[in-house]
Amino acid sequence: MGRRLTSGAALVVALASGSIAGLGGYTFVYARGGSYFTNDPRACANCHVMREHYEGWLKSSHRSVATCNDCHTPASFVGKYWTKASDGFLHSLAFTTDRFPDPIQIRPVNRAITEQACLKCHADLVAGIVGHDDATSCVRCHPSVGHLQSALGTPTASRR
Amino acid sequence: MPHPSTRSGSARFFVLVAAIAAVGAVGITALLMNIFQRKQEARLTSVRVVDIDDHTVDPKVWGRNFPIEYDGYLKTVDQVRTHYGGSEAVPRTPTKADPRSVVAQSRIEEDPRLKKMWAGYAFAVDFREDRGHAYMLADQTFTERQNVVKQPGACINCHASTYAVMNDLGKGDLTKGFDALNAMPFAEARKLVEHPVACIDCHEPESMSLRVTRPAFMEGMRAWKASQGVKGYDVNRDATRQEMRAFVCGQCHVEYYFKGPEKRLTFPWANGVKADEILAYYEESGFKDWTHAESGAPVLKAQHPEFELWNQGVHARSGVACADCHMPYQRVGAQKVSDHHVRSPLLAVDRACQVCHKWPEDELRARVDSIQSRTHQVRDVAMDALVDLIGEIKTAREAGATDDSLAEPRRRQRRAQFLLDFVEAENSTGFHAPQESVRVLALSIDETRRGERALAANRGERAESRPTPRAAR
Repeated sequence: MGRRLTSGAALVVALASGSIAGLGGYTFVYARGGSYFTNDPRACANCHVMREHYEGWLKSSHRSVATCNDCHTPASFVGKYWTKASDGFLHSLAFTTDRFPDPIQIRPVNRAITEQACLKCHADLVAGIVGHDDATSCVRCHPSVGHLQSALGTPTASRR
Repeated sequence: MPHPSTRSGSARFFVLVAAIAAVGAVGITALLMNIFQRKQEARLTSVRVVDIDDHTVDPKVWGRNFPIEYDGYLKTVDQVRTHYGGSEAVPRTPTKADPRSVVAQSRIEEDPRLKKMWAGYAFAVDFREDRGHAYMLADQTFTERQNVVKQPGACINCHASTYAVMNDLGKGDLTKGFDALNAMPFAEARKLVEHPVACIDCHEPESMSLRVTRPAFMEGMRAWKASQGVKGYDVNRDATRQEMRAFVCGQCHVEYYFKGPEKRLTFPWANGVKADEILAYYEESGFKDWTHAESGAPVLKAQHPEFELWNQGVHARSGVACADCHMPYQRVGAQKVSDHHVRSPLLAVDRACQVCHKWPEDELRARVDSIQSRTHQVRDVAMDALVDLIGEIKTAREAGATDDSLAEPRRRQRRAQFLLDFVEAENSTGFHAPQESVRVLALSIDETRRGERALAANRGERAESRPTPRAAR
C-alpha cells in the first residue's frame, strides 16, 4: 500500500487475522496438533489408519525399548524434525484426500530411515554384516520386531 | 475529509483482506470438517436397526445391520475367469423347466475325457465351470443331473441355507432335522429352502461370531480328531477363532458321500483327510458311487476337496485360513471388514497376497500360474493314462473277459480314478498344496500302471517281475 493504514482498515485486518487464528487454533487443538511434537506413539495413531500398526507395536518385542520416532526418524535433531514435518504433511494429505494404497506401504526413503535406525542400537552386533552389500536389509528377515504380525500377516484386527 | 482516491484504495484493501480471510476460513473449516469426519469413522462400527435371531434366514434382513458385508455378499453374482478357475457368463434361452438366462460353460464339452471318466454317472451329462455362491441353489435345482439320477435331499445341505430348516424339522434338534432332510427326495427338500448359503449358516446371530451349523462337518471333524487320539472333539466348543475362519468353509468345500439307504451326508475322514487316506476309508467300507458304464468298475466320484487339500499345504501349516485369502480384509472408513465377496485371491492380489508376500502383483500371479500349470500338466498325463486303461478294460470285456479276471484291473481303475479326480475336482488346480497334488497324481498314474500290468498278465504277456514299491498296497 505504501502508506499508513487507516484505523478502519487496521480493524479489518485484525478481525480477519484474529478469526483465522481462532479457527486455525481450534482446528489445531481439535486435531491434537500438539501431540505431534511429543514422542508418544499414541500421537501416530491419532488417525485411524495407523491403529493396526500401533496395536502391532504394542504387541511387539520392541515396545518397551523403542517408540515410533526411534525407528521411523533419523537420529539428528534436524533430520528428525524434517522427517516428522514432511511425513506428517504427506500423511495428512493422503488421509484427508483418501488417496493411499490399502494395505498401506512404506516409501523407500522411510524404509531406509528404519534400516538405519536398527543400527542405532544394533550396530556392534551387525558390524560384520552391513556395509558389504547395499542390499543388506534388517527388516526383510525381521519384519515383525517392530509390529507383531499375527499368523495372517495382518496386524491383529481391531474389529471385533 | 479523506481524499477520494484514498477512500477507494481503502475499499479495495477491505475487499482483498475479506476475500483472503474468507478463503482461509473456508479452507480451515473444510479441514476441520474432514478431521471431524475421520474421527467419526473411527467411532462407528455397526448400527443395530433390526433384531436378528436363529429364525432370521433372509440375508437381506441381516444386511440392514451389516450393509458393508451384505454388499460384498451380493457381489458373488460376478462371473470372472482366472487362468484355471472361475467362468464366463454364458447366455442361454430360458425354458419353463430351467429359467436360468446365464450359466457357466460346460466342462465336459471342453474336455471329453471327463465324459469317459464319468461314463454312466450324472456328471457325464452336465458338469459346468464353477461360479459364485449366489448361484449354488439355482445351479443345483436346474442341473440336468437332476433328470438323470433321482437326487436325495442330502444334496441341499450345501446348496441352500438349511440351518433354520434343520432346526425346524428336528424341533430344535439339529441332528434330527439333518437326518430328516437327508432322507427326503430332493424336490421335497427344495420346497423347504429359499436362499443360497446365507449369513446364518456361518454366523451366530447374537455375537456374529463364527459357528459351524452343518452336522456332517461336526461328525467328520470328530472322526478325524479321534483318528489322531483326540476324543469327543466338538468343533463349536474346541476350535479357535482362526480355525473357524477355515472350518465354516470346510462345511461344504470337502469330499463327501451319502452313507447307506438313509443317504446320510458323511465326510470320509476317519483315517485322515489325505486323498489316499480317504481312499482307504472307501476301500474298507466298499462304497461305490456308481458302476462305470464302459469298464464295469465300481467307481467313486471325488467332490471339491478344497478343505482337505488346503490342510496339506504350507498356508494351512502357517495358520492362514480360507477367509484370509478368499475374503481378505478391506478398509471401509475406519472399519476393517472381511470382504464377503468370496472369490479367487487372484482377483484381489493386493489385499489377499501382498499383506504377507511383499512382491509385485505380476510376480505373485506368475508364481501361482507356474504352480497351477505344472499341476495341470501332470493332471493331463494322469487323465490320458486313465482313459487308456478304461479303453483297454472295455476292449477286454467286449472280447469276453470274465468278471473274475477283470477284478484287479477294475480295482486299479477305481483307485486311479479317485486319486485323479481328487485333484481334478479340487478347485485350486494344485495351489492349495502343490507337492501334495502332484504326489496324489503320481499315485494315480501308478495305479493305472498296475491296472495295465494286470490286463497284460491276463493276456498272457509276461509281466516283468519288479520289486513292489512300499507306497503301493
